[in-house]
Amino acid sequence: MMVNHDVTDRMENIPDEKFTIIGIDKDAEAPTRPRVGYWRDAWRRLKENKVAFAALIILLILVFFILFGPAISGYEFEQIDADAINKGPSAEHWFGTDDLGRDLFARVWQAGRVSIIIGILGAVIASVVGSIYGGIAAYFGGAVDDIMMRIVEVLLSIPYLIIVILISVITDSKSLGTMLVALTLTGWCGIARLVRGQMLQLKSQEYVLAANALGVAPIKIILKHMIPNTIGMIIVAITFDIPGYIFSEAFLSYVGLGIQPPSTSWGALASAAQQNFMFYPYQLMFPALMIALTMLSFTLLGDGLRDALDPKLRK
Amino acid sequence: MEKILEVENLNVSFNTYAGEVKAVRGVSFELSRGETLAFVGESGCGKTVTAKSILRLLKPPFAVIKPESKIVCNGKDVLKMNKKELCEFRGDEVGMIFQDPMTSLNPTMTVGKQIMESLMIHKKLDKKAAREEAIKMLKLVNIPSPEKRIDNYPHEMSGGMRQRVMIAIALACNPNVLIADEPTTALDVTIQAQIMDLMMELKTEMNTAIILVTHDLGVVANFADRIQVMYAGEVVERGTTKEIFNESKHPYTWALLRSVPRLGSESKEELYALGGTPPDLLLPLNHCPFADRCEYCMPICKERKPPETVLSDTHKVSCWLMHEKAPKVESFYDRRDK
Amino acid sequence: MGEYIVEAKNLCKYFKAGKNQTLKAVDGVNIRLKKGETLGLVGESGCGKTTCGRTLVKLYDATSGTVLFEGKDVSKLHGKELLAFRKDAQIIFQDPYASLDPRMTIGEIITEGMNVHFHMSEKEKEAKVNELLHKVGLNAEYANRFAHELSGGQRQRVGIARALAVEPKFIVCDEPISALDVSIQAQIVNLLIKLQREMGLTYLFISHDLSMVKHISDRVGVMYLGSMVELASNHALYDHPVHPYTQALISAIPEADMDEEGTKKRVHLEGEVPSPINPPAGCRFKARCKYAKEICGQEMPALKEVEPGHFAACHMCGKEDW
Repeated sequence: MMVNHDVTDRMENIPDEKFTIIGIDKDAEAPTRPRVGYWRDAWRRLKENKVAFAALIILLILVFFILFGPAISGYEFEQIDADAINKGPSAEHWFGTDDLGRDLFARVWQAGRVSIIIGILGAVIASVVGSIYGGIAAYFGGAVDDIMMRIVEVLLSIPYLIIVILISVITDSKSLGTMLVALTLTGWCGIARLVRGQMLQLKSQEYVLAANALGVAPIKIILKHMIPNTIGMIIVAITFDIPGYIFSEAFLSYVGLGIQPPSTSWGALASAAQQNFMFYPYQLMFPALMIALTMLSFTLLGDGLRDALDPKLRK
Repeated sequence: MEKILEVENLNVSFNTYAGEVKAVRGVSFELSRGETLAFVGESGCGKTVTAKSILRLLKPPFAVIKPESKIVCNGKDVLKMNKKELCEFRGDEVGMIFQDPMTSLNPTMTVGKQIMESLMIHKKLDKKAAREEAIKMLKLVNIPSPEKRIDNYPHEMSGGMRQRVMIAIALACNPNVLIADEPTTALDVTIQAQIMDLMMELKTEMNTAIILVTHDLGVVANFADRIQVMYAGEVVERGTTKEIFNESKHPYTWALLRSVPRLGSESKEELYALGGTPPDLLLPLNHCPFADRCEYCMPICKERKPPETVLSDTHKVSCWLMHEKAPKVESFYDRRDK
Repeated sequence: MGEYIVEAKNLCKYFKAGKNQTLKAVDGVNIRLKKGETLGLVGESGCGKTTCGRTLVKLYDATSGTVLFEGKDVSKLHGKELLAFRKDAQIIFQDPYASLDPRMTIGEIITEGMNVHFHMSEKEKEAKVNELLHKVGLNAEYANRFAHELSGGQRQRVGIARALAVEPKFIVCDEPISALDVSIQAQIVNLLIKLQREMGLTYLFISHDLSMVKHISDRVGVMYLGSMVELASNHALYDHPVHPYTQALISAIPEADMDEEGTKKRVHLEGEVPSPINPPAGCRFKARCKYAKEICGQEMPALKEVEPGHFAACHMCGKEDW
């Protein structure tokens, strides 16, 4: 049934030396596939994910404008021009002007700085605090873990809005710092749970047991084995949290509890624009568009990162 | 005997991030009604992929069955079947038992429901009749108190019992062919013995043709009629069980037979161990795939693929040692007994 | 020190399994190993052999009973003495895919233990890593690679190198070959035997592969549901097993030999392996034993010497109606 036709024809012509036994080639055991480190492989997988990669590009573009937009526009974001009140988008004012004649293009990007800073800083602070908390709970286990997790559950059940209001009333200030404190005060709980779960699972992994058996000190095990294997997950969690913080800030500023003039954020811009919405919709549209675009991009990027950083999905 | 399954030149590849992995390279075989054929080989040899291809269980675009392949079962061309025909074919003509009973049974359905599912779809039985038939099947696979067990969930049963349930599901519609993919690898030795005994009984009672995929030569010795030894996606030797155990001619087969310590041998003597590892299936292999690890490798082995030499109606080997110009070598098997 | 390097006396390890349920994984096991010998430990899933192995290297703390290493009670070791014990008693795991940290290079994995116990310069460490890789049959180039770039057999060799790096005296081999292909199993077993000869190691070889265990061990112990039911030299155990469970186990081994398979008399074992949670009183094997009598359900049989060096825990062996 399975006969190699072309070979049978040439069977007789094979020289005799081809049939002397030479045995096994000892040098053949060197590794052949090229080395691929964890991060490089993750980057490659991220690039292959078209949607996530596009989201990354969009974010980079946004960051570029946030940094250089006000300079490009040629206007100061506070610059008032009485002759150019409420003008629509034009060649001089690409995004138009607001009711004080301020160039919206410059204002949108200036506002972006605040929103993004809050978004990223908030997510990072919450994640760092949450990771350490979750790590400790997981490492010690038992009663320590029980108590720590009950605290988390209580905190999670408090709506963050109440805390923000309380804090801003108590401290009687509405600065960037206050907002950050208020938002992160309960924001770290989600990550604490995630990290605890992951570390608990890692505790019973055989390579952690092996390190135990070798006599490696507990703190070293946490630093060298458990945290590096959790970082991928933490990065993804941060990326998913950022849109949440941006939106929270926007919402708070919108209802007046957030950024106060003269600083501005996207939420504050939207709030100011809502009164003129019927006549000058562009004033609301641009900040809202930026909020939506940023949130969407971070979420899609987070999705892609999760797939790229998960070693198990490596095919 | 009537041929129930014919596979010709099966080629299956996987599209991975590193390139195309050719998992099965030109495998052909036949199966007659009521006979048992074993696929023997180690991980990566392509035996499971071959078995799954018969039922077209591998999904494109990740897995691709190449167009030059041909699979004909009971006169029907499997590769040309549309969805509807394929659904009727699976479970009814060909049944399959998978390796890990933990993950192959639906944890949210009672075992009875899982057996009845197959019966209601293929035999068009109503619920009552299907339930009776399912109880009969559970009895057939020696599950005690089947009327009670039929309403158990998989997690309420032990590994051995779950495997029996899998056998019951696969045989419920009395298929012509049963594919058993490493059915006992995940089980304890005493349970393994029970399951193999059960399969022996069922084999004779229901006259099902069986394809047994395994890496354990011991399981095969008293169970299979014919064996095909696979390596790196190709069949390197095939024959009746007797021919493979007593008169094998391929160095890989010798290595497999030799790697298992026999209970009667001297302890702590060095086991025959094959050096090296199987070849990377990403690379095209235009020569004998076993050349790098073969003690009897010759220059020709690294240049061309060996033709399949016919030693008897049933015994065929793909090895350059069969060529008239090659030196005569001693089989490891004979060597060992000295 | 006495003649035994490792001793377990009445070792018990229990786990909590839900409300008022105790999983008695290891229940009253006695083991003694002489320096340089290999004790095989066999049994089916749930028999407690893995738990036993891990308790011996103090990965788990014993619930009761004692583990003595070189005469010292392991549970009383602290600080430097504990560290010295960790150096002397090592373990190799079953799953080559889970036992190596996916984020560390092979070189880092091997030097981790060395960093704990020795003070070596970078150069010395590198040299030792190369030496160890060579010893386990791996190309020195692999030191810079990651675990996922290696095959199962190669990873298992790395696991062995990691254990050897701290120069242990005693190694628990916890099913080191179960996850590997047959031809690779032979490679690893040959390697372990060779290393034992060269370095005078003592092994506890845990496996459910009865043929391999017989091949590598001097003595073999059979466990069932947490207790040791038979203990003998490897030849004695396989040639004339005394305990009904051992008899069934050995007759169930599939032999890769047609003549032997055909003529073997198989002892049929009915029923399933019961759960180690809240086990019944008396002999654990009673439910599946065809020789069981009343006394078997009342009293747990102790390990008795039925022949010199051959122990079995069974009320019925040695009796007339046996």
